[in-house]
Amino acid sequence: MTMTYYSESHEWIKVDGTIATIGITDYAQHALGEIVFVELPDEDDDVEKDTEFGAIESVKAASDLFSPISGTIIDVNRDLEDEPELLNDDAENIWIIKVEMSDLEELNELLNKDQYLKICE
Amino acid sequence: MKTALYDSHQRLGATFTEFAGVSMPLKYTSIKEEHNTVRDRVGMFDVSHMGECKITGPDACDYLEYVFTNNVSNLEDGQVRYGMLCYPNGSVVDDVLLYKESNESFMMVLNASNIDKDINWLSSQQEDYNVTISDVSHSYSEIAIQGPKAEQIMVSLFKDIRTLPFFYFQTWKYNDSELIISRTGYTGEDGFEIYGDHASIITLWQSLLDKGVTPIGLGARDTLRFEVNLPLYGHELTDQWTPLEAGYSFAVDLNKDFIGSSVIKKQKGHLKRRTCGLSLVKKGIMRQGYPVFFNDQQVGFVTTGYLGISTPGSFAIAMVDAPYYKIGQALEVEIRGKRYACNVIKKQFHKKNYKKIGG
Repeated sequence: MTMTYYSESHEWIKVDGTIATIGITDYAQHALGEIVFVELPDEDDDVEKDTEFGAIESVKAASDLFSPISGTIIDVNRDLEDEPELLNDDAENIWIIKVEMSDLEELNELLNKDQYLKICE
Repeated sequence: MKTALYDSHQRLGATFTEFAGVSMPLKYTSIKEEHNTVRDRVGMFDVSHMGECKITGPDACDYLEYVFTNNVSNLEDGQVRYGMLCYPNGSVVDDVLLYKESNESFMMVLNASNIDKDINWLSSQQEDYNVTISDVSHSYSEIAIQGPKAEQIMVSLFKDIRTLPFFYFQTWKYNDSELIISRTGYTGEDGFEIYGDHASIITLWQSLLDKGVTPIGLGARDTLRFEVNLPLYGHELTDQWTPLEAGYSFAVDLNKDFIGSSVIKKQKGHLKRRTCGLSLVKKGIMRQGYPVFFNDQQVGFVTTGYLGISTPGSFAIAMVDAPYYKIGQALEVEIRGKRYACNVIKKQFHKKNYKKIGG
């Protein structure tokens, strides 16, 4: 069963077993404005909880992407290289990376939907 | 602080940003859309945050020759000239537009972020001259209407606007008041800048909206000027380098003396550094402050960078040491800790489209 978590840095994390699929929330894409570039990591790169793994650039500014969990990247959404604006169109359904998690305990530190919506207020 | 058009921007659903302490519309719909609207058709900007000052008196011409870097003596009544104010060390106080009403009466238009600094500077240099300098920024609001269809729209309001030449201005009666209209702009397109009292500008803005003119925010204002190599103070122009190093020698008349001219004249022909255009080889975006390298040596930094909107590519203007600023030079820009290959290219990433007609 897929569980969905949220981070304070406005990412969503859908977890299936040990695989986490990560994207940004609609709140984040709206705050960023028109997204014109996504700096993506590579498959097999390691990610660490709360460490930067890439960046999203809008017309005027760059924002780092922080990983909500630790592990190894197993897939990267290369569609975003040519169509970064997909994140503006459908952030909640467009994934950025998939990670094989190394520490499932880290999920306990993430937010559920209600907790996340509260921080957006 | 707010401009007189703030309520309209709110009603139009603008996203606001603070610029020089003023709440200004960053965008209404999307920066890219607004940018393209100006290039393809026509758009209008609230630029009321800009400053205006009057320089009047018997010594106005002599005083301006002294403080303004460009030629004043050959200005006609009704003409506008772009130039800068410099410090004695040749660095830039601000870039300005000078409007000549008569030998004894000029208006100078100042960047919003430098109004107080400019007024203080101008006042500090007037001692030997019989001139009066007054800050009239609070009396004026301003709209810039820009794009290939700008003239068509303006003709419907100001019958003889067609004959106004590029870089000239006139006053037009409007309602019970007067507007100053110049054929100038900051986008590389044909267009007009319109100065008036707040009530008149509010009325004019609404009339232009009713005619279907699209409002454009500061976001697109910056991408538009960047593509055609127009400078922004704080980026390409600062108090750390001269107009020549900034690459805007057309703003400076070295046949005369002005504050800073001795330093600038000495460096002409052997600049130690200069701005240049950069084009990234692969995907990415260059931003102000990113360092520029030749092999492992830092040779410069980015002053402004964007993805091209009217011309595809990823571009930047950068301040680079000699001899690396020459077109064709291969360099690298550091973006978030990684080096990306780039090439030095011409700074005008997109071709200007001014309308030049006789007077």
